[in-house]
Amino acid sequence: MLKIENLTKVYRGGKVAVDQLNLDINQGEFIAFIGTSGSGKTTALRMINRMVEPTSGKMTLNDKDITKMNPVTLRRSIGYVIQQIGLMPHMTIRDNITLVPHLLKWSKEKKDETARRLIELVNLPPSYLDYYPAQLSGGQQQRIGVLRALAANQDIILMDEPFGALDPITRDTLQDLIKDIQQRLNKTVIFVTHDMDEAIKLADRIAIMHEGKLIQFDTPDNILANPANDFVKEFIGSHRLIQQKPNIKTVDEVMIKPISITIEKSLDEAIRLMVEKRVDTLFVTDGDNRLQGYLDVESFTGARKTKKSVSECYEKDIFYVKTGSKLQDSVRRILKRNLKNIPVVDEEHRLVGLVTRANIVDIVYDTIWGEEEETVQNKKELMSE
Amino acid sequence: MQDMSQMSTTEQFFYYMQENGLYVFSQFLDHFLISIYGVLLAALIGIPLGILISKYSKLSGVVITLANIIQTIPALALMAILMLVLGLGKTTVIVTVFFYSLLPIIKNTYVGIKNINKSITDAGRGMGMTKAQVLYMVELPLSLSVIITGIRIALVVAIGITAIGAFIGAGGLGDIIIRGTNATDGTAIIIAGALPTALMAILSDVLLGLIERKLDPVKRQQKRINQVI
Ligand SMILES: Nc1ncnc2c1ncn2[C@@H]1O[C@H](COP(=O)(O)OP(=O)(O)OP(=O)(O)O)[C@@H](O)[C@H]1O
Ligand SMILES: [Mg+2]
Repeated sequence: MLKIENLTKVYRGGKVAVDQLNLDINQGEFIAFIGTSGSGKTTALRMINRMVEPTSGKMTLNDKDITKMNPVTLRRSIGYVIQQIGLMPHMTIRDNITLVPHLLKWSKEKKDETARRLIELVNLPPSYLDYYPAQLSGGQQQRIGVLRALAANQDIILMDEPFGALDPITRDTLQDLIKDIQQRLNKTVIFVTHDMDEAIKLADRIAIMHEGKLIQFDTPDNILANPANDFVKEFIGSHRLIQQKPNIKTVDEVMIKPISITIEKSLDEAIRLMVEKRVDTLFVTDGDNRLQGYLDVESFTGARKTKKSVSECYEKDIFYVKTGSKLQDSVRRILKRNLKNIPVVDEEHRLVGLVTRANIVDIVYDTIWGEEEETVQNKKELMSE
Repeated sequence: MQDMSQMSTTEQFFYYMQENGLYVFSQFLDHFLISIYGVLLAALIGIPLGILISKYSKLSGVVITLANIIQTIPALALMAILMLVLGLGKTTVIVTVFFYSLLPIIKNTYVGIKNINKSITDAGRGMGMTKAQVLYMVELPLSLSVIITGIRIALVVAIGITAIGAFIGAGGLGDIIIRGTNATDGTAIIIAGALPTALMAILSDVLLGLIERKLDPVKRQQKRINQVI
C-alpha cells in the first residue's frame, strides 16, 4: 500500500538525515521505527505526509505518487501525532481533538459527538473538553495529541513517540488502546519509538534505523531470533535475546482452566465454590461465558449482609489478554500491574483460560532448567570428541 | 466680563472650561481622531508588513532598520519635511503619526508571530491547515495581544505628536496650549489644553491594556481556571 523507494533526505548544510530508505508497508500493518536519537526516524516519518520534502527517492500510496499529491489534502487524510505534542493553546480540548474534522468541515453535532466518544477512550472525563491545554498535565496533553490524530478516522496514522511523557501504566493502557483500534479498524500505523519493549509489543514489523540507514526491517520474532548485526544485537539488549530463546510461547500453551461463576448466582453459592475449589478469585461471566469481571474475597467482605447476588458486588475493572497473545506480554503485564493472575479471552470475549503467577514460576524454571540441560549436553558432546 | 487677574489659576481654569467647554471638547475630539486615523493607517500597513517579514526573515532586517530610522527623526523635523510636500493642516499630522506608529506596530507583529512555539504551527500544518489557515487560525490569534500592545504604544506616542501638530494648523488640544502660551498670564489655558491631552493618553493606554489582557490566550485561560475553581 505504502511503498518507499530509495528515499533520501539531505538537510541544508549537508546533513544526510535519511539515506536510501526502502520500505514496503501493507494495509493494516503496525510498523515501528526504532533507533538511536538523531537516526532519522522523525525525518522519515515526516516525509510520508510531506512535512519534509524528500531530496530524492520515490513514495507511492496506493500506487499514487505522494510527491505529486496536494500536501494539504494528503495531510488531512493521514493522522499525525507530533513528537512535541503541539496542542493549540488558544483552543479548548474539544476544538483541539476535532481540528482535522473542523478543517474537513464536519457538522458541529458530528464533531461534538466525536470529541465526547474519543475522550472516554483515554480515561479522561468529558468535562475536560471545555478546558484549555495549559490546564492539563503533560501526560494528559499527550493523550489529547493522540486523539487528535484519530478524530477524522484516517486509514493511516503516523505517531512520533506518542507515549513519551506517560507513566508506565497509562502507557500500557494506551498501547493496548492503539493496538486494539489498529486491529479492529484495520488501520495502518507507523510508529516511532525509543522503547524496544514497546516496539516488540505493538509492531507487526520493526524498522531499525541507524545514522539515516535502515539496518533491519522484519517481524519482532525474526529480529530477536536473527539480529542483522552487532548494532541490532546491542540495541535489542542481551536480556531479550535470552528470553526469546525457548520457542516462542503463547498464553494458550500455559493457561489453566479458570474457576468461574455466572453473574446471576447468589453470593452464598460463590463462597461455597471458592471454598470447594480453594481459590480466592472467581471470574464472573454471563450466560454465554463472556467475561464480565471478577469477584474476590475483598469484594464482599462486609457487604455480605446487604448484598445477596454476584451481580451486586463483582468488580468490573479487569485486565485480560486475548488468546494467541505472546506469553512475554502477559508476564510483563502481570508483573507491572502487580496482578495475581490474568484471564485469557477469545475473540468473542469468552473466558477460555487463566495465566497465574504460579504458571510463570513454572515457565521461568523451565527456561533455566532447559538451558542448563542444553549446556550439559554441549559439554558431553565436547568431552566425547 | 469678569476680571481674570483677580482669580487663582484653578479658578481661572474652571472659568475657562465653563465658558469654552464646547470648544475644548471639539478640539479633544479632533485631537483624538487625528491620532486614531494615523495609528489605524499604520496598523493597516504595519500588520501585513509585520506578517510578511515574519515569513521572509531576510526582509525583516531592512524593514525594521528603516522603521527605526524614521523613529529617530524628531517629530517636529519630520512634520516640517512632510509639510513641504503636503502643506499645512491635518493631513500632514496624520501622516506624521502614521510614520511614527509604523515601528511599534511592525515590530510587535513580527515579534508576536516569531515568538509562537514552532511546534504549534508545525502541528497546524501537520493536521492539514493551508498557509492562510495557519495564519488566521493559529498565528494571528496567538499574537493578537502582542500586536495590540504595539498599537497601544503607538497611540500614546501619537497623542503626543498630534499636540505638536497644532503648530502647523491641524487643530486639536495643542491649539489651546498655543493660545495659552500667547496670552499674557495664560497658565490656566495651557492647563485646559494639557490636562485633557494627558487624560486622553492615560485613558487610551488603560483601555487598550484591558483589551490586550482580554485577548491574551494564556491570561484568558487563567481566568477560566479561576471560574472553574
Ligand atoms: N530541519 C533540520 N535541519 C537540519 N538538520 C536537521 C533538521 N531536522 C533534523 N536534522 C538532523 O537530521 C538528523 C535526523 O533527525 P531526526 O529528527 O529525524 O532524528 P530522530 O531519529 O527523530 O531523533 P530523536 O529520536 O531524537 O527524535 C539529526 O542529526 C538532526 O540533527
Ligand atoms: Mg524524532
